[in-house]
Amino acid sequence: MARFTPHTEADIQEMLDAIAVDTLDDLFADVEPRYKGELDLPSALSEYEALREVDALAKMNVWGLPIFLGAGAYDRIVPSAVGAIISRGEFLTSYTPYQPEISQGTLQSIFEFQSMISELTGLEISNASVYDGANAVVEAALMTARLTKRDPKVAVSSGLNPRYRGVIETYRVEVVDLPFEYGTTDFSNVPDDVSGVFVQSPNFFGAVEDIQAASEATHDVGALCVAVCDPISLSILEAPGNLGADVAVGEAQPLGMPLMFGGPYTGYMATREEFVRQLPGRICGETIDKDGKLAYVLTLRGREQDIRRARANSNICTNQALTALAATVYTALMGPEGLRGVAELSISKAHYLGNRLQASGFRLRYPDAAYLWEFAVELPDVAKANEALLEAGIVGGLDLGDGAMLVAVTEKRTKDELDAFVEVVSDAF
Amino acid sequence: MPFDLIRDKGREGRRGYTLPKPDVEMKQLDAVVPKSVLRKEKPRLAEVDEPTVIRHYTNLSRENEGIDTTFYPLGSCTMKHNPRANEAAAVVPGFAGLHPLQAEAQAQGALRIMHELQGFLAEVSGLPYVSLQPLAGAQGELTSILMVKRFFDDAGDEGRTTVLVPSTAHGTNPATASMAGFRAKEVGLDEHGCVDVDELREMVDESTAALMITNPNTCGVYERNIKEIAEVLHEAGAFLYMDGANMNANMGRMRPAEADVDIMHFNLHKTFSTPHGGGGPGCGAIACSDDLAPFLPEPTVEKRGDEYRFVRPDKTIGRVAGFHGNFGQMLRAWNYIRMHGPELRDVTDMAVLNANYVRTQLGGTYRIPYDELCKHEVVVQPPQGKKALDIAKGLIDHGYHPPTIYFPLVVKEAMLIEPTETESKETLDDFIGTMLELAETSQEDLEAAPTHAPTRRLDETRAARQLKARW
Repeated sequence: MARFTPHTEADIQEMLDAIAVDTLDDLFADVEPRYKGELDLPSALSEYEALREVDALAKMNVWGLPIFLGAGAYDRIVPSAVGAIISRGEFLTSYTPYQPEISQGTLQSIFEFQSMISELTGLEISNASVYDGANAVVEAALMTARLTKRDPKVAVSSGLNPRYRGVIETYRVEVVDLPFEYGTTDFSNVPDDVSGVFVQSPNFFGAVEDIQAASEATHDVGALCVAVCDPISLSILEAPGNLGADVAVGEAQPLGMPLMFGGPYTGYMATREEFVRQLPGRICGETIDKDGKLAYVLTLRGREQDIRRARANSNICTNQALTALAATVYTALMGPEGLRGVAELSISKAHYLGNRLQASGFRLRYPDAAYLWEFAVELPDVAKANEALLEAGIVGGLDLGDGAMLVAVTEKRTKDELDAFVEVVSDAF
Repeated sequence: MPFDLIRDKGREGRRGYTLPKPDVEMKQLDAVVPKSVLRKEKPRLAEVDEPTVIRHYTNLSRENEGIDTTFYPLGSCTMKHNPRANEAAAVVPGFAGLHPLQAEAQAQGALRIMHELQGFLAEVSGLPYVSLQPLAGAQGELTSILMVKRFFDDAGDEGRTTVLVPSTAHGTNPATASMAGFRAKEVGLDEHGCVDVDELREMVDESTAALMITNPNTCGVYERNIKEIAEVLHEAGAFLYMDGANMNANMGRMRPAEADVDIMHFNLHKTFSTPHGGGGPGCGAIACSDDLAPFLPEPTVEKRGDEYRFVRPDKTIGRVAGFHGNFGQMLRAWNYIRMHGPELRDVTDMAVLNANYVRTQLGGTYRIPYDELCKHEVVVQPPQGKKALDIAKGLIDHGYHPPTIYFPLVVKEAMLIEPTETESKETLDDFIGTMLELAETSQEDLEAAPTHAPTRRLDETRAARQLKARW
């Protein structure tokens, strides 16, 4: 362990003398109850041994196969340049930019992240990111309550990712259901006492929703409309801000973050400028320094916990700077055409698979819904299909538990993999 | 202008990445979705090549200081060295490529990492049940207080409306209490900067749900009455929550369970060396006693026979993250703990040694409001007439990242210094020398600082008044 702690015995003795105590134990003289045993942890390993164990444990996982799981996390290409930038020590080992004079790298990258999110969502103000997509959703739910001065109560349909709904409920926000029948949400009867209405597009089942209809119905009852969007889809679909959404949130994992068994990812949040004071989390703004030089700084800090304490608009402390940086670098590399390319490839491949499955006699759960790269297909026995797929070296889709499999297709899937999927599933039944 | 924005370096038509060629027929978008939902104008993003992207962000990184570039004694944040083996672990494809919804049988290695880490944190805290799901320290706090809330709801005890926080608490504590639906009330301090037990005794009643204590507290002082504090709360049927931001002072020296703490959070990005990343991602794992265990977020990981599986605690508050938490940070922390084992205690010892060394060397010139043994950090005040802000900016000119300033709020002109265990005596001596020099530097020179940093002092008012948060 000494490799991380530089002191020699001589250093320790000199320092104890300077402090005027005899032993290291004496530094804990005030600690009651003091723990006198030895921690019962496996004994220390060298770096080599620890990493060998990591490799051995990794082999207990199933990996390296084509993945058809999505449902909020997508197996997308991560360009090598993303990892190269986010592993630079100056980004990796810094903290929240409390000292802007020596944090312009982090601050400018946040400013660029906010700009990209604003562009994609069509909303004026983005924050510096929050923990993940689910947390962006719940923060938006709480935000609608503060803005409308109503009790936190939101209307959602089963088109909202059930995991997002779960987090909303954990945070003690009341949830009411909107009808969801043919693969999209029916917004014609929004209750008039809700603070917010959620519209996820593409929704949990992969279909594009009518954000315009959602926002009009929402505004009719004096509530706020929150759009939950996959950022890749915003390269081809109209920006939610242009369709009347008041807040846009989502999971930025598809923008350059590896699957990593569920995290770290990053959540994005954007809103109209008039609502900025109720937007939680860090916001980076442009200013000038003493010499008049353009620079960036965290701003509108009066919303935050370290200043306002019990009256802050959230307890959130930092953003997800490093994964937000990954999203920024990814989006810079791809550009608008690259993002569109990712979307178009995914759509074309997903529809190729969807069409082939239908041609093989399988029914899509929502055949009339317009889907992008994810769809639910009905199968006689989803578990059996997934077993057969795994046998054939394919990680199948998500078992929805009701006779359907949610299948996601990204730009990484090849025609051979799609054909193999159809063949294995057809052979299984 | 320090740097152009990435978008200003582009030109329409440039690309930084090439996608695989299509191997299926490309769909026309308007054949897939109604034309009315398609985007009419393309987003104004950067259009740049890869060399430009790499150079741009590499140059931006050079405008940043991190632990890798300088001593970073930011109090309460534990800016210790981040071992690179942790980073090597986190890019292993068998973990990095694992989808969170893969069946448990396909993720046994990942589940085992989680199960073992749960066990390690239980051992370090003495508290038997652990959830790794909270995504940051603040979320660990909120998860804990939501569990307390659910405990009282479940017991039909509707009168528990208040959460107490000491005046030294991190801002996240009162903000968390409010967010969980409680009223936050502040408890005062005794002459050591610790919770005033007499005042606490008067405040605690049947409306109290919990006290949120940080130990050692944000003055770097050990809360020596913690057992008595726990007793006061427990007698009233309330819980003792411990903010574990400062666990780097406790490992192997103090286990919260033995001080009768009921529930606590860890910051894996502080104590267990996962990188701070410019402000996240972190991991705010929590540990709790038997009473609160049924309310933990779902899922936790259990071992049955030779198999690891996810389980749902019976009265779970639900989930607090989209998936299982920041697994990448769990993997790094697991690796760190495996490289230390019981020697985690030496980490704590060296961290406390370093802080006390700084305390004794600065004392006399800087005022030490609580001049007794400190733990892993020490709060100091500049000499009469000098401001913490100016000393901080002066440190920047000498190549240091400043300590935390103006926190804790109870100490005027506070400078909270946390050296951590990974700094050598030479580094500390140089820093101390600079601090002593700055104490003698003229006010005029201090106010001019920083003069050598990438930017000089910023106009923060302008940023707020003329809000510009995007290109």
